[in-house]
Order: sequence, then C-alpha cells, then structure tokens
Amino acid sequence: MFTNKGNTATKIGFREGLVEIASENKNVLGLGADITSSVGMDLFAKKFPERFFSFGIAEQNIAAVAAGMALSDKIPFFSTYGVFATLRCADQIRISICYNNVPVKIGGAHAGISVGPDGATHQALEDISIMRTLPNMTVLSPCDANQTKIATIASVKQVNGPCYIRFGRAEFPNFTDENLEFIVGKGQVLKKGSDVSIIATGHMVWEALEAAKFLKNKSINAQVINIHTIKPIDKELIIEAAKKTGAIVTAEEHQIYGGLGSAVAEILSQYYPVPMRIVGMPDCFGESGKPNELMNKYGLTAKNIVQNVMDLVHPL
Amino acid sequence: MLDVSILEQKAKEIRIDVIKSLKEAGSGHLGASLGLADIFTVLYFYELHHKAGVSDWHARDRLILSIGHAAPVLYVSLAHSGYFHPDELKTLRKLGSRLQGHPALCYKLPGVETTSGSLGHGLSIAVGMAISMIIDKTSHKVYCILGDGELQEGSVWEAAMSAAHYKLDNLVAIVDRNEVQIDGNTSEVMDIENLEEKWLGFGWDVLECNGNDIADIIKSFNIAREKTKPVVIIAHTKMGKGVPEIEGNYKWHGKVPNSKQAEKFIDAIINT
Ligand SMILES: [Mg+2]
Repeated sequence: MFTNKGNTATKIGFREGLVEIASENKNVLGLGADITSSVGMDLFAKKFPERFFSFGIAEQNIAAVAAGMALSDKIPFFSTYGVFATLRCADQIRISICYNNVPVKIGGAHAGISVGPDGATHQALEDISIMRTLPNMTVLSPCDANQTKIATIASVKQVNGPCYIRFGRAEFPNFTDENLEFIVGKGQVLKKGSDVSIIATGHMVWEALEAAKFLKNKSINAQVINIHTIKPIDKELIIEAAKKTGAIVTAEEHQIYGGLGSAVAEILSQYYPVPMRIVGMPDCFGESGKPNELMNKYGLTAKNIVQNVMDLVHPL
Repeated sequence: MLDVSILEQKAKEIRIDVIKSLKEAGSGHLGASLGLADIFTVLYFYELHHKAGVSDWHARDRLILSIGHAAPVLYVSLAHSGYFHPDELKTLRKLGSRLQGHPALCYKLPGVETTSGSLGHGLSIAVGMAISMIIDKTSHKVYCILGDGELQEGSVWEAAMSAAHYKLDNLVAIVDRNEVQIDGNTSEVMDIENLEEKWLGFGWDVLECNGNDIADIIKSFNIAREKTKPVVIIAHTKMGKGVPEIEGNYKWHGKVPNSKQAEKFIDAIINT
C-alpha cells in the first residue's frame, strides 16, 4: 500500500521537473506571467536566465508568443494560475497552439478548490473541461508532487504537441514512488479490487485510497485507479474496470460537468454502461477558506467517495 | 537599378489571380487581398529572404499574415514565387484543399508559416519567432501583416509592448491602413487614431507609406531594415485597389465577384 512521505504541494513537482527537463533539453524555454515563484517557475528562471522570458500580466500575448517560439523549434513552457492559463487565452490556445499543433506546454497552477483563501476567482475548477475539448491537446493531472515532476518531464519526452499540466498549491500527501512508471495516456491501478472501481485524478487519488481502506472494513473490496492523463484517456482500462467491478465512482477536484467524470461517462455510456457516480464540484463557484475546510464543505473527501460507493454497492 | 515597372506588372498578375481564385471559390474576401497586392509583391519579389524550393530553410525570413482572411493574396504570391503550381489556386476553399479559407499550417501548404484567422494573434506569434531568432543568433527577420480593424484587439497591444521590451530589431509590422472594416469606416466602428502616436507610445519606430505605390513601399522597407528597434509601417491602402469601381468600398470586404464581374474587374486591372 501507499504511505504518505510528507505533505507537499504538487507545484513543487512542476518546479523541479521543469528544471530537470530544461537541463536535458536546451530548447526548453520558460515564459513568466508575473507570478513565476507562485507557479513554480522561479527555479528555472534562476538556473536558466538566458532561457527565461518575462511577459508580465498578458496571457493572450504569452500564449501566442509561445506558439511562435514553438513554430521556431523551441519547447516553451508558460505557467500561470489555471483559471487564467485556460480561460483568458482560450482562443490563442485553440488556434495558435492546438490548431498549429505545436509543442507549447502550459502549466495550470492553483488547480482546484484547495487553493483556499484566495477564493473562487483563483480556483481553477473548469480547466480540465476546457482543455480536453481542444483537438491535439494532451491533458495531464498528476496525483502528487512526485508524479507532477515526472509528468512535467513526460510532457516534453512523451508528448510531441501541446500539453496542459494541472497542479495545485496546497500541501497534500506525496505518496507515489519516484520510479513509478508513467506513460502518458495509461491509467494506473494503484489498488486492485472486485466490488467497485474508484477512478480518481489529482489530489482526489489519495482520498480514493483512503476511501478504499475504509470500505475494506465494510467488506467492500474497492479498486483504485489513478487517471493522470485525462486526454487521451485510457479507454481500455476504464472499460476493463467496468467489466470487472460492475460499478464506478469517479473523483476529481473539478466541476462535475466536463471533467474526469464526464470523460469516464462518455466511454461507459457508449461501450459498457454500469452504475456510476461522479464526485466533484457541484456546479457552483468556490469561496475563501482553508483547503481542508473547502474540501469538506464541497464534498471532495474520502468520506464523500465512500458515501457514493455505498450508494452503488448497497443500494436501498 | 531596380525596375519598379516589373514589380508593378507582377502586382497586376497577382491581383488577376486573386480575382480568379475567389471567383472559383464562390466565397471569401476580395477587398483586403487586392489592397495588399502591392505590399505582397514587394515582400515576395524584393524584400524577403526566402527559397521557394526549400520552404523550411532555417535562415528564411518569416511572413506572418495576421489577417488570415487575406489568405488569397498570400496563396497567389506563394504560387507566383514557385512554392506550388498555380493550378492549385483553383482549389481555394474547397473540400480537401491545402488552400483553406484561412491559412492553416496542418495542411502543409509550402510557405505558410502559421495558422491565422482569429485576429489579434499574429503579432504575438511574430514576437515569439523574433525572440527565437535572437536565441539562435540568426540575422533574418519577421514581417507581420496586421489589419487596421485588427488593432482594436487588445492583444495586439500586449504584443507591441513585449516587442519593445525585448528591443526586437528583427521585427517589422505592416498595418494595412485602408480605413475600413466589415461594419464600415474604422473611424465610426471604433476609432483607432492617433495611430502613429499609439505605436510611438508603445516604443516602436513608425514609418508611413502609400501601400499601393511599389516605389514607396520599397523605400519604407529599406529604412525599416536599418532600425534598431521594432518598426511598424503604416501602409495607406485602398480596399479593392486596382478595380476602380470597388476601390475603397467596405462592402467588398467579404464579397467575391461572379463570373461576369470577375471578367470586368480583370479587364480594369489590365487596362490601368
Ligand atoms: Mg481594414
């Protein structure tokens, strides 16, 4: 089983991964949007000042500048809060990055409600939905700091085109092994089980593991799957899980519309329908508060996953 | 000594093929393509360092057509430069064609540097390319064609600010100042003046020229090449230039001629 090696913000993984891939690949550039340290680009800027370019608070420009660099054989990363990275410059991402199909890597920081006290304006809860609808875009949503580091490196080594990498601000359990195999597009079965599959992404993967522990006491053998790649999604693994366990609960720190739950439902409804529940933000804006207070209030905890599993596995 | 009359003749040929390809397409934007024909002639047959046979030549100058709706004049210029056979111009806007309604990179038409058509992206892309050239220590240039209506997009000014910040002396922007846009005159739709002061205020050098006068365009490019910061050429053009009966008429922004009109327009171009 997995143990928490210490709470760490997933943005730390991005920070370290970016430096590691930049050391290996001279074409990697970093574009700053004023909040470089807050989004984990500060270490890169310090180590590679000649490859770091500050663009200030101008997301539309930064996205299309990145496209121009990628059209010139560079691999630019730009990173800002996920709300701005995906929405303020959505048209630039759609046309100049995705339609051009160039290797721009977008760091979506402050993902989820666990951003906390900054409140709803800064909590990215729609970013997966927007990014996964764009042709050519790869969407990564790693589950902890270690995996975010690996995912950041993989966004260059395994992805030839545009890539969105989602990560958070608050400290959450860091529990995966640094050597855990990471294949873009392939889900990971973190715990095998036969009664229900909990398919989770991002911070909710740890909650899913906690839920599985609790369910064991109720004699429910839950399988836990980490979907770190929302797009292209691991269709085969999801169908296989539905066939094996006959019930699915998804969990994400994102709106219930358009995110992981929707992606899983799109597959199951077409290829192997089984009873399913979606745990996520209930179609509303967040608010200020401590990360754990907000996760509790909006139903994004192991307890909520357990309730949804009980709903399916022990129907009234 | 450069013979301007040869380029003037080339501009006529480009206009004629623009009209033919748009007539064939049955939809598209005639006005801007005709208005820009002289500038494109100077770019492709005088100013740009490029090799038609080697469209991915690393040391080529880049041309970014930010106003993607002027795609026909780009396609015709590329065909006349030898990037592909002019017969392919007949496929403009048709199913399966490499000549998409707005330039699209993924169709791999030689000479197309980027997808464009959503206004307000091109100058940023040009900035990204210009910075990359500086990183690579190459000495070629990026040229970016903007519409005057396009300057209403805020992102153009974000890009302008960043070009001056990075002192991009390898970047030349050309504003197609025809004073019209789809809804009417720019002064009425949303006034963009005082244009010169705006660009100066954003840290650019500003040149003005008659964008329908080959000799004047050449003069501006000759000066622009020597500048030590980003430079914009405000090129005063007439939408529909070359066909007197539609010149300056904004209603020809997004219109194409039928067969009869096309014949008449081509005659007018030949006889001027
Ligand atoms: Mg105009």
